[in-house]
Amino acid sequence: MMTGLTGTSRLVRLALRRDRVSLSAWVLGLGLFVAATTAMFVDLLATYDDVVRETWLVATNAGMRMLGVTSGASVGGYMLHREYVTLAVLAALMSTLAVVRHTRQNEELGRAEVVGATVVGRYAGLAAAVIVTVGANIVLALVLGLAMMVNGLPASGSFLAGASIAAVGVVFVGVAAISCQLTSTTRGATGLASAVLGLAFLLSGIGNMLGTVDDRALRVTSAWPVWLSPIGWGQQTRPFGGGHWWPLVLFGILLALLLVVAVALVGRRDVGRGIWPERRGHAHASATLLSQAGLVWRLQRGALLGWTVALLAFGLIFGTLSEQIQDVQGPAAEWYAGIGGTDQIADAYRASIIQMAGMFVAIYVVQILLRMRVDEAGGTLESVLATGVTRPRWVLGDVLNAAAGAVVLILVFAVSMGLTAGQVLGDTTTQVREMAEAGLVQLPGILLLGGVIVVLLALLPRWAVPLSWALLVTALVLGPMFGPTLGLPHWAQDLSPFTHIPKAPATDVTAAPLLILASICVALAVAGVVAIRRRNLILPA
Amino acid sequence: MAVFPDSMAAHGRDARTAISASGLVKNFGTTKALDHLDLTVPAGEVHGFLGPNGAGKTTTIRILLGLLRKSGGEVRLLGGDPWRDAAELHRRLAYVPGEVNLWPNLTGGEVIDLLGALRGGLVSARRTQLLERFELDPTKKIRAYSKGNRQKVALVAAFSSDVELYLLDEPTSGLDPLMETEFQDVVRQLHEQGRTVLLSSHILSEVEALCDRVTIIRAGRAAESGTFDQLRHLTRTTVEVETERPVEALTELDAVHDVSLDLNHARFSVDPGELNQVLRRLVDLEVRSMTCSPPTLEELFLSHYGDRVEASPPAAELVHA
Repeated sequence: MMTGLTGTSRLVRLALRRDRVSLSAWVLGLGLFVAATTAMFVDLLATYDDVVRETWLVATNAGMRMLGVTSGASVGGYMLHREYVTLAVLAALMSTLAVVRHTRQNEELGRAEVVGATVVGRYAGLAAAVIVTVGANIVLALVLGLAMMVNGLPASGSFLAGASIAAVGVVFVGVAAISCQLTSTTRGATGLASAVLGLAFLLSGIGNMLGTVDDRALRVTSAWPVWLSPIGWGQQTRPFGGGHWWPLVLFGILLALLLVVAVALVGRRDVGRGIWPERRGHAHASATLLSQAGLVWRLQRGALLGWTVALLAFGLIFGTLSEQIQDVQGPAAEWYAGIGGTDQIADAYRASIIQMAGMFVAIYVVQILLRMRVDEAGGTLESVLATGVTRPRWVLGDVLNAAAGAVVLILVFAVSMGLTAGQVLGDTTTQVREMAEAGLVQLPGILLLGGVIVVLLALLPRWAVPLSWALLVTALVLGPMFGPTLGLPHWAQDLSPFTHIPKAPATDVTAAPLLILASICVALAVAGVVAIRRRNLILPA
Repeated sequence: MAVFPDSMAAHGRDARTAISASGLVKNFGTTKALDHLDLTVPAGEVHGFLGPNGAGKTTTIRILLGLLRKSGGEVRLLGGDPWRDAAELHRRLAYVPGEVNLWPNLTGGEVIDLLGALRGGLVSARRTQLLERFELDPTKKIRAYSKGNRQKVALVAAFSSDVELYLLDEPTSGLDPLMETEFQDVVRQLHEQGRTVLLSSHILSEVEALCDRVTIIRAGRAAESGTFDQLRHLTRTTVEVETERPVEALTELDAVHDVSLDLNHARFSVDPGELNQVLRRLVDLEVRSMTCSPPTLEELFLSHYGDRVEASPPAAELVHA
């Protein structure tokens, strides 16, 4: 075993050198995110009454309990209710990606062979990955604690919160260490660990949903399924509502067990292979694959399925909230009214939620369209354009998939929200119809953004990826969700296509802005295609 | 096993010249990738395209495919403009890229069908036979293939299509010798069917075995073009000789180069066409034994890039070295 670890310290240094940018970016990015959201909630929930009202709202709704647990009335507790699951999932992803990068990916790309032929023990690669990633999680715990503390939250609660988030990351170091032994590909290892993460989220969500609320309806006592999930354990530390450090011990024990299993598996497999054999596929292509659009569909259908499930779940949850939302007052009510464009809180709520869904769909559209850049820089485009496929047809394949995916996703969200809203408010048919219409109204704004991205891909291919994401963030910040809250001038808000979307179903839909947005979108797409026909492709050497 | 039935030999359009480029220029910023390149490939010819890395072979092929836009000069492909008529022309050709990048989560069989369909159809009997020939398992995912097997996927995808022109960019760099032989058989059959092949390669024996004519490209220019016989006239013959009397006298001759002397033993190279003059001198020195070797393609290749052709030592010496 000791010789099995020979060379670990060198590999740790190599991993640190390779990851100095990416792990630092993860840790700092999460730190900034926590600092910003904590500041926002401290600002938003200025009085004790605000905290009580908001906490009550989320504690009494089963759907919201799914997303987080409440532990009494405190700003920190409310913030954790809103963000704990997100942060825990991101920490787990950071760990998974890092461990996979330093183990399975090295093997898949043949780097492990080069390193393994030197004086390096069998377990050194795994050990280095574990040491570096656990280290990154410890730093993450401190950074997150600091980010909360500087916003005036109690110090011990802040650092316990940071530790309970990073602890989930630490457990997923172990999960990824095992998934890398089981599957033989980077994608498979990441996918398997992500599936475990999804299960952990579901178990904690169900446990909290089935939990009971105390007399004041502010603190949720979770049901037993949370104890099957590391995310559930982290929530039970309740940093700002009691502060239990002992669940952290569970994380340590679990990590140790997972690593023992991982090490045992390393000894049972060949380098480059997994315990599970690589799955075979079809010897012939199905008829649906045999076109450029069919190819793109095949390559992104998994992503679309994931998005569909997520938006379906969120739609159902936000629909059930439609009833309680009528009792909302104060800053939250003003916020909804501002975005929804009406004082009728129920309508304002529906209008703001469907706008929010539209922004998520915009993220999907950007993601799919940027696949074209991957095609070009990755070299697969060369094989495609050497056949009878023209450049416009290539672009069309991605544009069709992005547009059709956007329609499907926004409708899935709208209809599922309409269904549960109809259950609590009555008249399901009208709810579904109004939400579906409101959903479709969002599309011109989303697709206009897509048009700009096609132009970017045509004119500035090397910069298209960062520029597209920057553009999306700008459009969101200038748009109705954030622009008015941030007090941005009107001309700046007008730059976002989302500003010009009618606030359906709260206000009447007028055709003019939608037609203008749609025509700009078409004009941009055509200009992009013309430009892409005229330029050199940037292919790998 | 004939992969290509004779019925496929009959082909409609017969452009006399499959590929013609003259004065072709391509700049990437300030870098001159192609500097007035000339390349002519008559229809029905298997044409070798030789050059070191960075000479511009791939750039030339990408211009022929309309993936890159020429900066100057003239270029025609199958009677059309490769930039303007790209997709139309691509239905009549098949391409194997030098660096085979495919979709990691599709199987080899799916990729072959997909590329065939995008090109306008493939011959399913050929596909079956080629898979057998190259011993390729079509049910594996691309990411699970080795480099050589990915190359085979690209080859099967290209050869499964019945087209006029095959553009092959270093197509055998990952194949083992056995597969290399299969590859050569397939190309020969294509030749017999009257198809045109442009074969860019580093593997000189492969080009020598397959090609009617060859164009040597260096630093973006066609350094030489012709049949192998024509090109050999341009290069020196290597002579190894053992004589009774010392051979010093030879060094005076202008036609003799790269002399290495060891008393009665000498190795040198002779300019093309000057062998007689040298022989006359050698007779006076009383030749005991003598070997004359025609220049290998290796030497031919090197002589075009300014490198001095070192007389390669005999195999026995190599072992001891």
